[in-house]
Amino acid sequence: MTAENLHKIDTSKLDEIIAQFGGKKSNLIAILQKVQEVYRYLPEDAMIYIGTKMEGLSPATVFGVATFYAQFSLEPKGKFEIKVCDGTACHVRGSMPVLTAIKARLDLTDGKSTTNDGLFSLETVSCLGACGLAPVVMINDKVYPQMTSDAIKIVLDTLLKEEA
Amino acid sequence: MADDKKTLFIEGKEVEFTDEPNLLEVIRKAGMNVPTFCYRPDLTSFGACRMCVVEVEYPNGRKMINSSCTMPPEAGIKVHLNTEATRRIRKTVLELLLANHDRKCLTCEKSGSCDLQKYAEEYGITNIRFPDKALESYLPVDDSSPSIVRDPNKCILCGACVRACTEFQGHSVLGFTNRGSKTLVQPMNGRPLAEVDCVNCGQCAAVCPTGALTIKNDTDKVWSEITNPNKTVVVQMAPATRVALGEMFGLEPGENTIRLMNAALRRLGFNYVFDTNFSADLTIVEEATEFLGRLQKGENLPLFTSCCPAWIRYLETQHPDMLHHLSSCKSPMSMLSPVLVDLVPKYFNVDRDNLVVVAVMPCTAKKYECKRPELGRDGRPDTDYVITTQELGKMIRTAGIDFKALEPEDNDSPFGEYTGAGTIFGASGGVAEAAVRTAYEFATGEDLNPVDIKEMRGTSNRSKTVELDIKGTKVVVRVVSTLKEAEKAIQEIKSGKANFHMLEVMACPGGCINGGGQPRSCDDSTIKGRRAEGLYKEDRELPLRKSHKNPSIQKLYNEFLEKPNSHKAHEMLHTVYEDRFSGSYKDV
Repeated sequence: MTAENLHKIDTSKLDEIIAQFGGKKSNLIAILQKVQEVYRYLPEDAMIYIGTKMEGLSPATVFGVATFYAQFSLEPKGKFEIKVCDGTACHVRGSMPVLTAIKARLDLTDGKSTTNDGLFSLETVSCLGACGLAPVVMINDKVYPQMTSDAIKIVLDTLLKEEA
Repeated sequence: MADDKKTLFIEGKEVEFTDEPNLLEVIRKAGMNVPTFCYRPDLTSFGACRMCVVEVEYPNGRKMINSSCTMPPEAGIKVHLNTEATRRIRKTVLELLLANHDRKCLTCEKSGSCDLQKYAEEYGITNIRFPDKALESYLPVDDSSPSIVRDPNKCILCGACVRACTEFQGHSVLGFTNRGSKTLVQPMNGRPLAEVDCVNCGQCAAVCPTGALTIKNDTDKVWSEITNPNKTVVVQMAPATRVALGEMFGLEPGENTIRLMNAALRRLGFNYVFDTNFSADLTIVEEATEFLGRLQKGENLPLFTSCCPAWIRYLETQHPDMLHHLSSCKSPMSMLSPVLVDLVPKYFNVDRDNLVVVAVMPCTAKKYECKRPELGRDGRPDTDYVITTQELGKMIRTAGIDFKALEPEDNDSPFGEYTGAGTIFGASGGVAEAAVRTAYEFATGEDLNPVDIKEMRGTSNRSKTVELDIKGTKVVVRVVSTLKEAEKAIQEIKSGKANFHMLEVMACPGGCINGGGQPRSCDDSTIKGRRAEGLYKEDRELPLRKSHKNPSIQKLYNEFLEKPNSHKAHEMLHTVYEDRFSGSYKDV
């Protein structure tokens, strides 16, 4: 997917999502989640469109909701979304070296959170609720327990090989 | 019924209460007060600022601290407004707000009328324990809008503007962004106000307690024109300004100060003082004729009034498919200006190039209206500058004029004469009432008696439907104020349920008397009603109360415009509207 068509929004797709939730403004969070599933982030135009189209909302209100919740990203996310848990348990059991290893392997320097090829994006989260498996990393919907800097490198290498 | 009386105690004084929505209203009714930033009686209670906290003692002895703007009154409670605890809380709130605030108060537009400044003084905040806001955390000021300046560094996040935008105008141009200490109030993704669909109504600035949202100040430009000896500066003032300006000088809301205004404007250096009421009469003659024409042909009904620039912009940006409903009449301000530009040089022997037209308006959106290119000619606007009632008040103060002590003076003729129909334009329902008075007589050739159409009046009910009988023809008029109510009317039309023939819209709650450029009225819901009553009083007392009876208007048609809706009148007094949705940020 090139950067250009990643940013172009398909309004009929948005209409479909809005309709799926009955066009109700109380369902805005669910609608935004669905949109984020499609685009892997919330494109600005999609937020404007939803805010214009749906009754009782405005673009500024939708933007407010989108920026309030950490689950929403305004930047394009990677095909693989890496979540490194940095809750107390994971932190004391070494989540930071794992994070450093990921950054080094994917060349994510200077606060960059998505790789140039759009394949990976990286964020830390506060707790994934799997403290017994600390330190935990999640990549999309898959949980990787008891990670070390060596183990995560193997995981990433495998994914990179599959994608190549 | 004495047994049903509910009372509570405020600072030991027994106070009766009935249906007050919250404790703060009961406190105010009892003649006392507590400080607040975020409570505005016409908006929902928000409980954001925590300044209005009071100590409440229940009959069972339990004590608690609560914000009085969100607490419903309860019988038998004892309320203490000023205790060690409430003082400490308020002082801490102030200190924390100031720690994060741009404290360059002396050069702030709001200096002298800022709530934060006022309470900091009242609570003796002389030292702030926290470090100053870091220079690198200052955000740029947005002065892109012709009407409003937004300075996020002075925002205290009370949310009054967001509520005003949502609850009055219904489309939330301003919203909260982010969370916690990073929270900001801004348009969509920080866009400049001029690039979003802000209608410039100024209600956000009217409810803002600090200098975060202020009216764009154009007084310096006006000063430089009136002090230039080569220029002839003429001024017109809107109906609503005369019943509010006095408030800035200790007069009561609703007190008609028009003759003091005339005097003050001349002392400031304006050469000729005319009156927008004159062109309100002109608007009515044109609009009533247009309305009757549409009624006869049955086309483009309901007719939408077109005096309110915020409403025009709303329709252009939100419902471009409805523009054909709008009356093609320019607003009274924009009708008078071309008349002045063409006729003042003739009547008063002034050179057009040296003629400057200034308008004093209750409205911030008029600053935007005067810049619309189609309302100017030969590359020059017909209205050169618009200043608000507030700005005029400031100019009078700057000049050291003792407003109340002025000797009353009359307007200049011929563009200063007006009827009662022109003056009620400033209140919601006034345009429709004035239009009906004239339309009735145009249609039937008979005198309308009584002249008053009281069902159209009132500032608290924001939507009224009035059925009239014009000699057997049923005419239904819908009168709304706020764009939220206008939107409901539009939806009725779109769904085919609308039964009305005319829709009068004023974007500010209660009409122009409560405009964004008027002196402060956000603490007291009754002010707008008193201002409106001031206009209706003038209407009752004027000898002529129907626009088409204005002798100066008749003279203008005889000598210049031929007849209502003539080709000449169309050229000068009518305008066109534009689809402003296409190509806007919303057109994705």
